[in-house]
Amino acid sequence: MTPLLEVTNLHVSYSARTGEVCHALAGVNFDLAPGEILGVLGESGSGKSTLAAAILRLLPSNGKFQKGSVLFEGKNLLEVSAQDLRKIRGGRIGLIAQEPSPSLHPTMQIGQQVSDVLAAHETLDGRTLREKTSHLLSSMFPEDAERISRSYPHELSGGQRQRVLIAQAIACRPSLVVADEPTASLDPTTQQEILQLFRTLQQKLGLAMILITHNPALLAGLADRILVLYAGRIAEIGPAAQVLYSPQHPYTAALLECLPSHFAGAQSARKATLHVIQGEPPDLTLQKNGCQFEPRCAERMEVCKRDEPSAAEVSELHEVSCFKFAG
Amino acid sequence: MLYFLRRALHAVFLLFGVSLLTFLFSALTPGNYFDEMRMNPQISPETVAALRAQYQLDRPLPIRYAHWLNAVVHGQLGFSFAYNSPVAPLLWARARNTLLLTVTATFLAWLLALPLGVWSAAKLGRAPDRVLSSATAALLVIPDLVLALGLLILAVRTGRFPTGGLVSVSFDELSVLQKLRDLAMHMALPVLALVLSTLPMLVRHVRASVAEVLNAPFLRAALGHGISHRKLLYSYALRAAANPLISLFGFSVGTLLSGSLLVEVVMSWPGLGPLLLESILARDLYVVIGGVLLSMIFLVGGNFFADVLLYLADPRIRTAASAK
Amino acid sequence: MQPLLKVENLVKHYASGRSARSKDKLVALDGVSLSIPSGKTLALVGESGSGKSTLALCIASLESPTSGSISFEGIDLAALHENQLRLLRPQIQLVFQDPASSLNPRWTVLNIVSEPFLIQRRFTKPDRAIRALKLLDRVALPRKLASRRAGELSGGQKQRLAIARAIALEPKLIILDEALSALDCSVQAQISNLLLELQSSLGLTYLFITHDFAMAAHLADQIAVMDRGRIVECGPAEDILHSPTHEVTRTLLAATPRFSESPSELVHA
Repeated sequence: MTPLLEVTNLHVSYSARTGEVCHALAGVNFDLAPGEILGVLGESGSGKSTLAAAILRLLPSNGKFQKGSVLFEGKNLLEVSAQDLRKIRGGRIGLIAQEPSPSLHPTMQIGQQVSDVLAAHETLDGRTLREKTSHLLSSMFPEDAERISRSYPHELSGGQRQRVLIAQAIACRPSLVVADEPTASLDPTTQQEILQLFRTLQQKLGLAMILITHNPALLAGLADRILVLYAGRIAEIGPAAQVLYSPQHPYTAALLECLPSHFAGAQSARKATLHVIQGEPPDLTLQKNGCQFEPRCAERMEVCKRDEPSAAEVSELHEVSCFKFAG
Repeated sequence: MLYFLRRALHAVFLLFGVSLLTFLFSALTPGNYFDEMRMNPQISPETVAALRAQYQLDRPLPIRYAHWLNAVVHGQLGFSFAYNSPVAPLLWARARNTLLLTVTATFLAWLLALPLGVWSAAKLGRAPDRVLSSATAALLVIPDLVLALGLLILAVRTGRFPTGGLVSVSFDELSVLQKLRDLAMHMALPVLALVLSTLPMLVRHVRASVAEVLNAPFLRAALGHGISHRKLLYSYALRAAANPLISLFGFSVGTLLSGSLLVEVVMSWPGLGPLLLESILARDLYVVIGGVLLSMIFLVGGNFFADVLLYLADPRIRTAASAK
Repeated sequence: MQPLLKVENLVKHYASGRSARSKDKLVALDGVSLSIPSGKTLALVGESGSGKSTLALCIASLESPTSGSISFEGIDLAALHENQLRLLRPQIQLVFQDPASSLNPRWTVLNIVSEPFLIQRRFTKPDRAIRALKLLDRVALPRKLASRRAGELSGGQKQRLAIARAIALEPKLIILDEALSALDCSVQAQISNLLLELQSSLGLTYLFITHDFAMAAHLADQIAVMDRGRIVECGPAEDILHSPTHEVTRTLLAATPRFSESPSELVHA
């Protein structure tokens, strides 16, 4: 089956006004099958938000694509014309931005903001547009879609705003939705509802998703595969169950051990010292030789200082970039 | 509603305060109209004394103010000594001329400033923006007086434009179309002077407000949804940048009567400006106070108008206002 | 032994709407009572709108309650004069969720940590610098960051700085209002360890406010669950976690994302 999305050797950098260049993504490779949910696990500085922006060529003005390609439905998004790109954005690929509140226009009604997305991709007469908008909002807000439609963003709660963003992202029935930290600022119960909503959308619409988060627990039960991002490179990628329960890369393993394991069922002592990853994430403006995780790795070897590991298969569909497994 | 009532009450208080201060300052400045008269040997001292009594200049200040306030409330703005006529019709005739000038100039200035500012913000930092910024900076630096005089010189040198006045002497004999053309020719240079003096600041403000909004997350989000570039710029960005611009517009409306004084005087446009200047020099008390009050009404009204517009344009203000 | 902090029947109304008529008020706290023994941690768990932050502000004397009492070491805070309260304030400190907005990004790290000394007018200038550096050591912030501006620090570093500032005047009680919520998981672990270490070495008492049951479970001796201005359940952490009685508690527990040890259970609670 041809993949829906093929990211190959993607390199993205930002140049600061001081002249420093930050290498946010340094060689990212992965595929996404239709209808698949890929969880991207990364902490601050891992490049996850850059990845979300890069897929749709939405980098800020100081961002640059150095190398690589992003093939979507056969077309390289980095090379398509501006006009085609506009049609793809929102039309074939939906983006759920990181924070719901600043991502909505403060003085436009919700209904207007949703119908604008529809109008941008389909030529519809006024009545059809209104009907479609109302239908869309009803699917997100079964009870008071009418009221929400006439409201403004500041009159809505965080969870409601998030739903509006989702409505905008799926309005034109895209085949892929990229969600950047979609539940970061939400309460636990609202968080759960939104994640459930994603699951429903995948089932009903056959939607493929790239779900970006820093919290591994969110991906459990939702993602089909998980990609672990560290310092702009893929540390590990594989089926969700394998990555979460038998992580192979030292970073993934260390990250998962940081979680307070109380809910993991294990009877560890409360108020015990949590396992931490020593040190700080690397400074991406410095070109470092060898593995990026090496300074903080508990299992580092000599070779890790000199060379960068390439992806090695530990089992079918499960790849790890670590010298522990290199041939 | 309470919001507006409070703003309106505030405005009335402001007007009251200004009228009081103006009255005080004018009345307390040394000399009055009749001192000038006294120096004229052709007028007898008795006549002067009689006139002074007629105009109640001998009464104490608070009583004069009270009388005047009473009259204003009834729609009479006092009496002009110099013109020997009630102040209100005098002011009104001149104010009409001023408004003709300023409304045209303000309209043109905003019409140009909005697209220029938006375009400049879209090209922020790049060559077109830099050129425009330098041009506006240069215009800002040039004093209005120099601008007006410069244009006047242009009129004199080329002989193509009239050098003053509202209309030509032979106005009444012209056909309608010719009358319009005549008026337009007379207005052209003063309007140009006004536009050149107000445009730079407007453009810079529009540019700054829009540039700030262009970096906002909701614009990036809308871009990610495939909204067209033009719609983003002129519909999304401008609407979000509207608040400071609405306040600025209120200010523009507010200065409709007062902002053109210099240009009117220099270019001999028969508006409120020259009248006010003459009256101050001649100590024609009631004309001065009337003129200032009228300008003040516009200023306060302009601000109030901006408040109303802001209330209508920004739902967040509506929510905050009803919560109070 | 008397608890360090005792809150009794705390009520807080906010006037919403035009006047203080009873119909137009927002009830943020509707009779809250709790107590924290010295040296222990009480986790206050609830969703947004439950009143947790309002409670924090009242305890820190940044808001005055409508009725009810707050006693710190047996002293009723409401009975104190402003001057007396000022002497007490250093004992109760706050650490907020978003270090970016609670720390002035243009100030240097050293200035931020020294600020409490300046406000309380203690110690001479050289003395302040020495103490400030010692505080940085205490929270494991490298000394070389002392002259950097706060805006240049990472999230975890900023939070350490906020904690350093909080312990500057040797408080007895620290209120942490969602202090870990905005941090990455590995950083949460680091800060959590720091908090535990400081608690045991400095004898601190914590009021840990959060909506994340997982962290609450890890750090707390006692857990109180809040909903709509009331405490619906309160007790030792073990009990609350394993045998919750109130519906709100159960809902919150169920909603906390987690994954069990065995892959076969790959579902949300």
